[in-house]
Amino acid sequence: MNFTRIYAMALRYLYLLRRSPMRIVELVYWPFMNLAVWGFITVYLRSNTFGITQAAGLFLGAVVLWEILIRSNLGMTVTFVEEFFSRNLGHLFISPLRPHELLVGCMVTSLVRTIVSLLPAILGLVPLFGYSIFDLGAPLIAFYLILSMFGWAFGMFIMAILIRWGLAAEAFAWAAMFAIMPIAGVYYPIAALPGWLQPVAWALPSSYVFEGMRAIVLEGVVRTDYLWRGLALDGVYLALGIAIFQWTFHIARKRGLLLNAS
Amino acid sequence: MPLDATVPALQARGLTKHFDSVPAVNGISFTVPQGGIVALLGGNGAGKTTTISMLLGLLLPTSGEARVLDHDMATDRFSALPFMNFSSPYVDLPGELTVTENLKVYGRLYGVAALSARIEELAALLQLNEVLKRRVRELSAGQKTRVALAKALINSPRVLVLDEPTASLDPDTGDWVRGVLSNYARTSGAAIFFASHNMLEVERMCDELLIMKAGKIHDQGAPKDLIQKYGRDSLEDVFLHIARGGDEAGQ
Repeated sequence: MNFTRIYAMALRYLYLLRRSPMRIVELVYWPFMNLAVWGFITVYLRSNTFGITQAAGLFLGAVVLWEILIRSNLGMTVTFVEEFFSRNLGHLFISPLRPHELLVGCMVTSLVRTIVSLLPAILGLVPLFGYSIFDLGAPLIAFYLILSMFGWAFGMFIMAILIRWGLAAEAFAWAAMFAIMPIAGVYYPIAALPGWLQPVAWALPSSYVFEGMRAIVLEGVVRTDYLWRGLALDGVYLALGIAIFQWTFHIARKRGLLLNAS
Repeated sequence: MPLDATVPALQARGLTKHFDSVPAVNGISFTVPQGGIVALLGGNGAGKTTTISMLLGLLLPTSGEARVLDHDMATDRFSALPFMNFSSPYVDLPGELTVTENLKVYGRLYGVAALSARIEELAALLQLNEVLKRRVRELSAGQKTRVALAKALINSPRVLVLDEPTASLDPDTGDWVRGVLSNYARTSGAAIFFASHNMLEVERMCDELLIMKAGKIHDQGAPKDLIQKYGRDSLEDVFLHIARGGDEAGQ
């Protein structure tokens, strides 16, 4: 692992962000809009209904955490898609940059993109809706880690698909992560899913975060067992993501797919 | 990296690549010595890009070996990649980044020491000072080629692989680029291996050329020797003769 090369990859994307103000606007725009809509829904529910919807920030917390997951994932895959668009992959693949360094470079970029993207929206929730995600306390750090790592692992899988099918799979790169939304327990508990689907949901690290968040908001309990399970599952998914990416890279070298990608 | 001067810069040994049992490159062997300038000629579909891709380690051979500075590019390419570089008009640099930013990124990827000084040196050599702060996408074709060359020379490579180095350039710029490359090979002792469709370029630059046809090396030798061997007036005539199915000595 060479940190100068990883820094070079991160620098490449930071230069890109600095040179493209519209990219920064777009990064901030979608999370802000999403959180604003859910903020107003929460205000409406608070004044008209009873029960769990009264719990401050139940939905807003879920939206912020979902955004962390989706931004971490997109930060990884969109970064890679940028290389396709700029027809730069050929230069990268014949440089000393190793595939795992490319992955770490994308992770670092994803981290920066997620912070740039979410911080304004998260801070905006405080004056607008009187909600702070930081009220979740120390477990928020673990939630962030679990969601980011899962987003990255899923991103590696999508990057492998991009190497295999090129820009024909671009739409998939944008939408793939949304496929898990119905079963990840973002807005409702896993128990609300049909019995046969629940084991699938519990196989996702993100499910432990959303259930853990609800446990804090509704019961005031920090479920450390959820945190550990989420982190352990992340380890499995990251290992799988790296293995699938490396395997696809090898297959691509064998079949000449890197030439098409380049 | 201390290097034995007798180690070939590039070497293909029985290099073969089949795509779904269709042979794209069929058992070719050649050697490019350190300091040598060798061109690869051939019509469309002759196997040039496949050969170059295997030499760069982008493509795994079906059989045989592609070696760079004695490293097998199928299994040990990361030992060779820091000492080689590549340029092609068909592979771009990120257009949103400025010339300096691109060179800084690639300089770091190649672990170049004293990077700012190296960028200044290349900017002077390739007349890039006026465009260093401009985005690559705003540059003309000639300027982009010079930037691509700066990227290809950023690590002072011992092996330079080029795909049509002067494609889409006007004759004056093309001539200037050929001068820069020949001078780099002469002063640095680096080997240059390039694919080209420009026969004048090949005649002017290379010590030896390989003519590919249907995945095989049809013939090889110094440009003048091949012209004489085939009894033709120019390399272009030799190329056309071979491409149209002729044999040696005009048969």
